[in-house]
Amino acid sequence: MVEIICSGIGGQGVLVAGMVLADIAMEDGKNVSWYPSYGFEMRGGAANCEVKISDESLKSPYCLEPDILLTMSESAIDTFEERLKPGGVLLVNSSLVNKDRKYRDDIKVIKVPATEIAGELNNSRGTNIIMLGALAGASDFYDADHVREGMEHYFSKKGKNNPKNAEAFDRGVQSALEQL
Amino acid sequence: MAKVLMKGNEALAESCLRAGCRFFSGYPITPQTEILEYLCWRMDEVGGDCVQTESELAGVNMVLGAAAGGMRALTTTAGPGFSLKQEGISYLCGSDLPAVIVDVQRIGCALGDIFMGQGDYWQPTRGGGHGDYRTIVLAPESVQESVDLAYGAFDLAEKYRHPVLIATDATIGQMIEPVELPEMKEHDIDTYDWALKPREEGEPQRAIWNRYWDWEDGGRKYPAYILEKYGKMEAEEQRWENVETDDAEIVIVAYGTSARVAKSAIQRARKEGIKLGLIRPITLWPFPKKAFDELGTQVKAILDVERNILGQMKDDIILATGNRIPVEFYGEYWDNTSEIKIVEMAKEMLSRY
Repeated sequence: MVEIICSGIGGQGVLVAGMVLADIAMEDGKNVSWYPSYGFEMRGGAANCEVKISDESLKSPYCLEPDILLTMSESAIDTFEERLKPGGVLLVNSSLVNKDRKYRDDIKVIKVPATEIAGELNNSRGTNIIMLGALAGASDFYDADHVREGMEHYFSKKGKNNPKNAEAFDRGVQSALEQL
Repeated sequence: MAKVLMKGNEALAESCLRAGCRFFSGYPITPQTEILEYLCWRMDEVGGDCVQTESELAGVNMVLGAAAGGMRALTTTAGPGFSLKQEGISYLCGSDLPAVIVDVQRIGCALGDIFMGQGDYWQPTRGGGHGDYRTIVLAPESVQESVDLAYGAFDLAEKYRHPVLIATDATIGQMIEPVELPEMKEHDIDTYDWALKPREEGEPQRAIWNRYWDWEDGGRKYPAYILEKYGKMEAEEQRWENVETDDAEIVIVAYGTSARVAKSAIQRARKEGIKLGLIRPITLWPFPKKAFDELGTQVKAILDVERNILGQMKDDIILATGNRIPVEFYGEYWDNTSEIKIVEMAKEMLSRY
C-alpha cells in the first residue's frame, strides 16, 4: 500500500500529477483510488488529491499517513507535513517556499526549484511535471523511466502529449537525484 | 472489457446510459453536478435527451412524464435538492412508475455544506414524501459498485413498477477508480403495456394516475396489493456484504464510504488481535435484517459508523437485532470517519461488554 498526497494551488496541475500516478497504477494492474478536494476549489485556491495504490482491494480512500507528499506551495506544506509518515518523502517547490523554513527531521525533504526550471524551459505550465519527475526520482517506490513512460502514455491517451513534458520530467528527476 | 479510470459520478451516469436510460432531467448541485454535465453531451451521442431544468421539482416531474411514456428515466441530486424531489417520488410511487433517483449525499440540514456526508439516511429509507410508501434504496461503496448497482436499478424498478433510489455519497461521487463498464443496452419504450402512447382507433385508453383507480372495485383491494408489493421487496431484495463476521466480537454496521473506512479499521484491529467484523448494507431499504439473524452468539456489541451527527441508521439496526445486542454509534461531521477512532472505540467497547 502506498499513499500519496499532491497538494498546491488550483491551476498548478496537482490534480493532474495525481491522475498520472493513478493511471500508471491502473495500467500496472494495481488497485487505485484518487480523491480530490472539490467544490470550493478554484484557480488560486488550495487544491489537493489523495492517491492510494495497493495490490490488495482498496479499502478507505482517505490517506491517513502518506508515504509521499508532493507540494507545490507553502500552504500545502503547512497543511500536510505533519501527516507524512516518518521516513516519508516531502517534495517541495522551493521556488515558492521561504528558504529558511524548518522541516521535520524524520522525513526526506527534496527541494526542487520547479517554477524556475519551468521558466528556463520556457514551459510555465510544466511545474507539475517537473515535480512529478522529482517524485519518481526520489521515491524508492518508483522507477523514473517507468513513470516517464506512464506519463507519456497518459497524455497520449488524452490525445495531447507534448514533447516538452519529457524534458520537464527529466529535469525534475535530475534535481531529485542530485539531493539523494 | 479493459478497465478505465472514471469519476464516480460520471461512471454512474455512463452506466445508466448503458442500461438503456435515454432521459435525464435535473438541476446542478455539488457534489453531483458531474452527472448532469456528463449526460449533457453524452445523451446527444446516443440519441437521448438531457434537460437542465429550472429546479429539482421540474427535474423529478419530467422524469415522471418520461417514465409514464415507458422510458428509462433518471434524475440525480444532493442534499437540499433531494428534499425537493420528495413530492415527485411520492407521485411516482402513487402511480406505480419505475424511475431511478440518485442522491449523492452531502452533510447537514438546510443548506448544510457541500462536504462529504451521509446526511440523508432517514429521507430515502423512511420516505420523505407524503403517504404510505417505501422505495428500494441502493448504497454503493465504490465507483465499480456505483456502476453495477445503477446498471441493475432500472430492471429492479421495472420488476416492481416502482422508483429505485441510489444513495451514494460525495466521496464515491468525486473519487476516481478503475472501472469495468457493462455493455450498451437499448430499452424499447413499448416493453410494458401500462406505458402511455398515442392510441390507435379502437384501442383501450391507458391512464397513469393514482393506481387505486385501476381497481374496478373502487380501490377496496388496493391496500392488499400495496402490502404484497412491499412484502415481496422486503423478502426478496435485501442485499448486504459480510466481512469477517464469523468470529467477530464487535460488528460494525456501515454503508458507502464509511464501510470502506470500516474495512481499513478491521485490518488494523485484527493485527492487534481484536475480533472486528462488518455488516455492510447494500440495500438501505429493505434493510438487510437477514444479515443480523445470521450473527453468532459471540457478538458482544454492534458499532454503527456513519458520516453524520445523530446516527440515522441506528434505529434500523436496533429493529433488525430485536434489541438483543447493544448498539453504539460513532459519527463524524466535519472530518472524515477515522479508522483509528473505530479501532479505539471497539477496544473500549470490549472492555465494557
